[in-house]
Formats: sequence, structure tokens, C-alpha cells
Amino acid sequence: MQQMKALHLDTIALLLSGKLLLRKEIPLDDRQFHTLLNHRLITPVPSIVRERFTWKCQRCGNRHRFLFSSLDKASIYCRKCIEMGKVIKSECLYIWSGAIPTWKKYEAACSWNGELTLAQAKAAERIVQTIQKRESTLLIWAVCGAGKTEMLFPGMEEALRYGMRICIATPRTDVVLELKPRIKKAFSTVPIDALYGGSKVKLATAQVVICTTHQLLRFQHAFDLIIIDEIDAFPYHKDPSLAFAAKRAKKLNSTTIYLTATPRLKFRLQMATKQLSYTFVPIRFHGYPLPIPKLKLCRSLRKNLQYSTPPPALLHWIQQRENKGRQLLIFLPTVEITRKFEKSLTTFFLKHGIIIMPSALSCVHAQDEDRNWKIKQFREKEIQVLLTTTILERGVTFPAVDVAVLDAGHEVFDEAALVQIAGRAGRSFDDPTGEIIFFHDGKTIAMIKAVEMIKEMNKQGGF
Amino acid sequence: MYCLWCSEPIIQQLTWQNFFFPDIKKLCVYCDSLLEKIDGDRCHKCSRQCDQAICFDCQRWEKEKERDTLVFNYSIFQYNIFMQELIAKWKYRGDVELGNIFRDAVRKGFTPTFAAMKKHAIAVPIPLSKDREKERGFNQAKILADFLPIKSELVLHRMEGEKQSKKSRKERIQSINPFTITKSINKPVILVDDIYTTGTTLRHAGKVLKENGCPEVFGFTLIRG
Ligand SMILES: [Zn+2]
Ligand SMILES: [Zn+2]
Ligand SMILES: [Zn+2]
Repeated sequence: MQQMKALHLDTIALLLSGKLLLRKEIPLDDRQFHTLLNHRLITPVPSIVRERFTWKCQRCGNRHRFLFSSLDKASIYCRKCIEMGKVIKSECLYIWSGAIPTWKKYEAACSWNGELTLAQAKAAERIVQTIQKRESTLLIWAVCGAGKTEMLFPGMEEALRYGMRICIATPRTDVVLELKPRIKKAFSTVPIDALYGGSKVKLATAQVVICTTHQLLRFQHAFDLIIIDEIDAFPYHKDPSLAFAAKRAKKLNSTTIYLTATPRLKFRLQMATKQLSYTFVPIRFHGYPLPIPKLKLCRSLRKNLQYSTPPPALLHWIQQRENKGRQLLIFLPTVEITRKFEKSLTTFFLKHGIIIMPSALSCVHAQDEDRNWKIKQFREKEIQVLLTTTILERGVTFPAVDVAVLDAGHEVFDEAALVQIAGRAGRSFDDPTGEIIFFHDGKTIAMIKAVEMIKEMNKQGGF
Repeated sequence: MYCLWCSEPIIQQLTWQNFFFPDIKKLCVYCDSLLEKIDGDRCHKCSRQCDQAICFDCQRWEKEKERDTLVFNYSIFQYNIFMQELIAKWKYRGDVELGNIFRDAVRKGFTPTFAAMKKHAIAVPIPLSKDREKERGFNQAKILADFLPIKSELVLHRMEGEKQSKKSRKERIQSINPFTITKSINKPVILVDDIYTTGTTLRHAGKVLKENGCPEVFGFTLIRG
């Protein structure tokens, strides 16, 4: 009996420690919950506190007056993080205040036996040193296709040697799903949990956690090493609550590694003034330079978008490509436009023999329930042409694609997005080049800067 | 002011038309453009956007005079992906504030259709079961009814979901009426709900009202699903 209870407590400690949870997120019945509360193993903390002229949500850090609302005075709630479950002022958040579980030390956890390129190895070594010296931050600036996941392996192995708990946070669910099997394969003896909106696991108990940045809101002082992927990506750079959550999710003496292919101005300034230590990986893993996007003026573009008709220049480009065997990835600015073009381009491409059956063209966007399936179909070359919103701008890779952006001047295509989109081409050893074209009806600063940045990165890589 | 959906700041347009009574915009121009109103030809009976005067579904309803307790239903918006997300966050996540997005459209959509009977009609929101309402904290239909320029009364009661699912399969297929009435109304009633999907819910509610002396029942819903 005594033993059973002890075992049980260990499990509960594993579930709850390092987290900041709502009552409804804690998988205990009322009796168990109150016993733990009475023994001060669980401590309530206020969820929403009063500040001058406003409130502050203790889970997401929101203090915008307009992002609080209520039915009545007692039920003020935070609108900002409501997707993660409603935080109400009259209900507390809970933290674990019992014994903290210890994490296992792994002598040599990494079972990956691939080889790092020289450039990857250099960055990997820098990560290892940062962890050994317990330095607080390091930024890895690696061009799209540098192979950043593999670069992390030596550092993760080192961290596991010390018995550290590791989190890899990335903005998109697609990337979590792509990373999970790769990390699992590389660290086959280490328990790994993947967390994202709708994941089966809700409360991660594994030593290595791969999650979307939003899921960080449920953690408090949990990780010794936290790796934040795509630091420049929406929503991290736009949403201060995610920086707030990332800061709270790590332990006091911990290391944060930021990964980016397109650092934003703020980071570039910090790098330039040496406030942020960083390392730059300018070469793709296959050793070829980044393909440079072509800019193509399309005077009819407004009309084409309005009536969902393909611009003549698109067909011309498709037919003139160097390697017509490559699949086509076509980026469009909005969900609505993407869906409308799906119909018209299918007919048009069939007519011109670009595809031979209607099912060879498809479209994906954020609200598309079949997204993962379609991406898989595209990888398996069942789909030849994939239309997409910016949802596929980063993270997800395909071996051999040519890339077009329709209406590259649209505001969703900022500099970072365009660099990322261009980075989709030429991703494999077998086909290390690719063509990228931006169709526009007037060059934007974002387009010019994106091309400049790609050229600059190639220069740094010695091309 | 900030957009209730995307949090971008909203520029309120002041013109001579709205100088004294400005429309308070709740969504930014972009998010607002994602809401699709039902326009053009619609089914006169259920508001589905279509070019038939009475759509196929409604023709079937009209053959079942006894179950068809609704004179007609009027809806404002189409059910697109954006609306689905909006409704999910409002109802299921419980972001009650989002209801205010619809205040203006509900008022403006209501008046021309129901103006003639405005004075003596009563709005009756479709209730949630007690458990469901407790879980969510509010009833979205009641919020919509409160936007209307007519008197609204809560006279319906909805059986708990569990009790209903305990009924035999056969009974469920015959689709047992989940509503009971707490007070009879002898004036025309406009039932209010967030969404009209098959029309069965509104007709169930209509049935108990009519059985208790209500002369005619109409439907007013935010969305035609
Ligand atoms: Zn919050
Ligand atoms: Zn908006
Ligand atoms: Zn109809």
C-alpha cells in the first residue's frame, strides 16, 4: 500500500512538475486533487491579477485591456490564450510543489550514425560548448537546407549526458510531426513526447519534448536546454506571449538555442553589437549554393487574381524550365485565392499537358483538414503541382521542386517569407538546384531584400 | 479599438452619415471581408442560397405538414471556414466577447424581414441543456436574441443530452423532441439560434410552442449551415 502510493506520487510528480496548469488540465479526481492540495504538494497561484488600468494573465503574460473580457465581474477571462483552455480570474492555476523528479543521464544517447558536413560540425561544436559552459543563449543562423536538425544532435547528446531535460519548440505543427520520427530515430533509447494542438499526449512526461511554441504556455521552470526553431517565424516574433512563455518554461540556469534561416533586424543588430553570441552556417548540406529567385513582372496580375485566371507568364515559365521533371510548388497569398486557383489551374494545366489527370493538382492551407495527407501525396509524387498559402513556407521539405510565387508583392510575403520560400528549392543531394520565380506587378522592398540576402548568404558561403 | 479576431487596430470611419451614431466596428476590414452574407437568391423558406424559390429540403418539409411547424427561417451569414472557426471559439472555447461581432448584422438583418410583426412578436432563444450551459457559461442563442429590438423570453427547456441518449435507438431515430415549455405564448414567436442546419431543432421547438397555443413560429438564425 505504502509502496503503491509512493509509486503513484512519482507518476503524479512527473505529470505535474514543471507545469502551470488549469484544474481541468490536471488528470486527478477531486478527492486526489484535494489531498495533494492539503499536503501542499500542489500550490494554487492566481490566474489573472490586477495591474494599474489593466489585468495580467499569469499563463500567457497578456496585459492588453482589450484582450480581457467577462460575462460578469467574477468571470474575467483572458482572450489571448483561450485556445489553450479558458483562464478565468476566479479559478487558480496550479503548480507542483512536491519533490522534483530527476532525469536520467545517458552516456551516449545519440544513435545517429550519419556524418556532419564541415560547416554543420562547426556549428554543432559551438552548441556543445555552449551547453558545457552553461551559457544562456546561442543563435544558429543556418541557411535553408543547411541541415540544422542534425547539427543539434551532438549538443542534445551532451545535454543528456548531464541528465538535462530538453525541449525543441517550433512554430508549426507540421514541423513537430516531421521532427518527431527523426529525433526518435536519432535518440532511440530516450523517451520523447510530441505536443501540439490536438496531440494525444497533453501533459508531457518525457525527458525530451518536441512541441509547438504555443504549448510552452503550459510549462514553468521545466527545461535545462530549450531549442527554439524558426525564431523569426510567425507567430513567435509577433506575439510577445510566446517569448514570455519560452522564458518561463526554462529553468533558471539553462541554455536557449535559437535557430533561424532569416534572422530579423532585432537579432541582426544584437549579433552586430555582440550582445548575442551566434554562429553562421552559410552552406547547404549538399554543398551547393542557394538558388537565386527570378523576378517576373506580370502586368495582368491584378486581373488574373481577380478572375482566378493563370497569368500567361506562368505557363511560359513552366514550359521553359531546365528540368521539367521537377514537381511544382506554387505559393499564393490567401486561402481564398488558393482555393479559387485550384479549379482554374487544374483545367488550364490539363489543357496544356502540364498534368495528365485532375488529381495531380491539389491545394493546401491552414484550415485544410487533409493537409497532412496531401503533403504526403506530394512527397510520393502522386500530386505533381501543389498550390499553397504561406503554410508551407518553412520547415517542410521536398526533394525536387521548382517554386513559383503568384503575387509576390502581397504583404504576407515579407522578406523572411520570400527567403524561406526560395529555400524550398534544391533540397536534395540528387537534385541540389531548382528554379524560383516571383510573379509580381511591381517590385517590393521585400522582394529586393530577399534576393540581396540570398546573394549575401551565398557570398558568405564562398560562392 | 482592436479587431476582436486578429487584434489588429481598427480605424473607425467617421462620416456624416454615422457621425452621431457611429457603427462600432468589431472586426478589421480584412477579417470583416471573410464573413459572407447570404445575398442574391435564397430559398424563401430556409434562407439557403440557391436559385429555387423553395429548395429541395424544404419541399420535403412541406410534405410533412405536421412536423413542419415553421413558417420560414431567415439567416444572415453563410457557413464558411472562417465562420466555423469564429463560432468554435465563441461557443466551445467560450470567448463570449466574440458575440458582439454580430450585434450590428443581427439588428440590420432582422428589421426588414420581421418589421411587420415587430410590435407583437416575441423572441425565444433556443436553450442549451442545463449541463451544457453550465459548462460553457452562456447560451449563444440568448446573446443573439438580446441584440434584437423586440422582447425576448426564455420559455423553453431542453432535456439533458445524457437523458436523451439513454432512450432506445428507435426513439432516437424518430428523433424525440428535446424541448418542453415553461410558459405558453399566444403571440407569434421568432425562435432565435446561431445556426440552421437541418431545421429539425427549430421545428421541434416550434412544435411545443404551437401545441401550447402559439399562433405562428418563425426562425431567425445567424447562419444557414
Ligand atoms: Zn492568457
Ligand atoms: Zn482582424
Ligand atoms: Zn429551403
